[in-house]
Amino acid sequence: MKTADQTLDEILNLAAAHFKVPRENLSPDDDFFKTLGIDSLQTLDLLTKLEHHFRVELPDYELQGVSDFRTLAGKIQARL
Amino acid sequence: MHEESVEPKTPSRCGGSALSWTVSDGVIEVALHRPPCNELGSASLEDLEKFVTALAVIEAEAEAHALIIYSQMKSGFCAGADLRELYQRSQAMDKAEAAKGVRDFLERIHRVLNLIDATPLTTIAAVHGVTFGGGFELALACDLIIADKMARFCFPELRLGLIPGFGGIPRLKRDLGNAVVRDLLLTGRSFNASKAQQIGLASQVVGEGEALHAARATAAQLKKFDRATAAAAKKFIKPIPQEELRREIDLFCELFARPAVDAGLRKFVESTDAQPYLP
Repeated sequence: MKTADQTLDEILNLAAAHFKVPRENLSPDDDFFKTLGIDSLQTLDLLTKLEHHFRVELPDYELQGVSDFRTLAGKIQARL
Repeated sequence: MHEESVEPKTPSRCGGSALSWTVSDGVIEVALHRPPCNELGSASLEDLEKFVTALAVIEAEAEAHALIIYSQMKSGFCAGADLRELYQRSQAMDKAEAAKGVRDFLERIHRVLNLIDATPLTTIAAVHGVTFGGGFELALACDLIIADKMARFCFPELRLGLIPGFGGIPRLKRDLGNAVVRDLLLTGRSFNASKAQQIGLASQVVGEGEALHAARATAAQLKKFDRATAAAAKKFIKPIPQEELRREIDLFCELFARPAVDAGLRKFVESTDAQPYLP
């Protein structure tokens, strides 16, 4: 079982790699729409990447209103 | 596998602004290429109608054994109906005219999708990225869905106060059963390619950018079989759910007349939300 910090760290690493953003530019409380500069369709890509990586199914309605990495990590952690 | 064994040979290209098709070595390839993500509006419908007219000729001349539908747009296979066009057109008409226009559009697209569904050719949707609403329904008209691992499927129509109108519910029910339809329809959630394979929707899940290649390999395999036998097998196992398709059009039109739909469409079209796709 991953810890919440591990989950958060893996999300940040994955987002940095997928959207080609320096990892050091990403912080847990960042608004990922702004920091990554992504639109709604790219957000779906991120969701798919996260589901594959963590082997979870994350209904997208659970992400409504979620915009920072830490809250996103909490949603994933709850399904691990 | 050697890639050259499944690549088409210098096909001639037909089509319009929304899609085009080629026929090569017995395989028809329909490429969707209307930006941003192949939204299905009047231009797409006109091109689809031209395509099914050509398809009838190809079928009659027994020139092909397989049909592949794929997207050339990076963001995905198809984001569904062109809601902006639907909203703008409905605003420019009175209620009765708008209702008639919607019914006419649905009748025409049902005719096209029923012809694709029932063609004696074996049909493959090679999907990636966004495969939502009408795009999902287009894929469901095909015999096989081969999904890129980044494909995502969804019926988001309920957020607009509507149901899927291009035959999605009857086809998904035919293929997978009522419980799956209820889950996807009533929650409006999107799901990934692994889930699609798990529930029996996607026949293959392949790596990023590999769906078309896998579809071509599958089409090459299909060529080995006797055409008449393959067509008979398909006809036996894949009935068109005509009665439910008809009722779907009626229900869609009935719902479309409600004020909630107008509000839902306006909200979508005018949205600056970062997640407007979320139900």
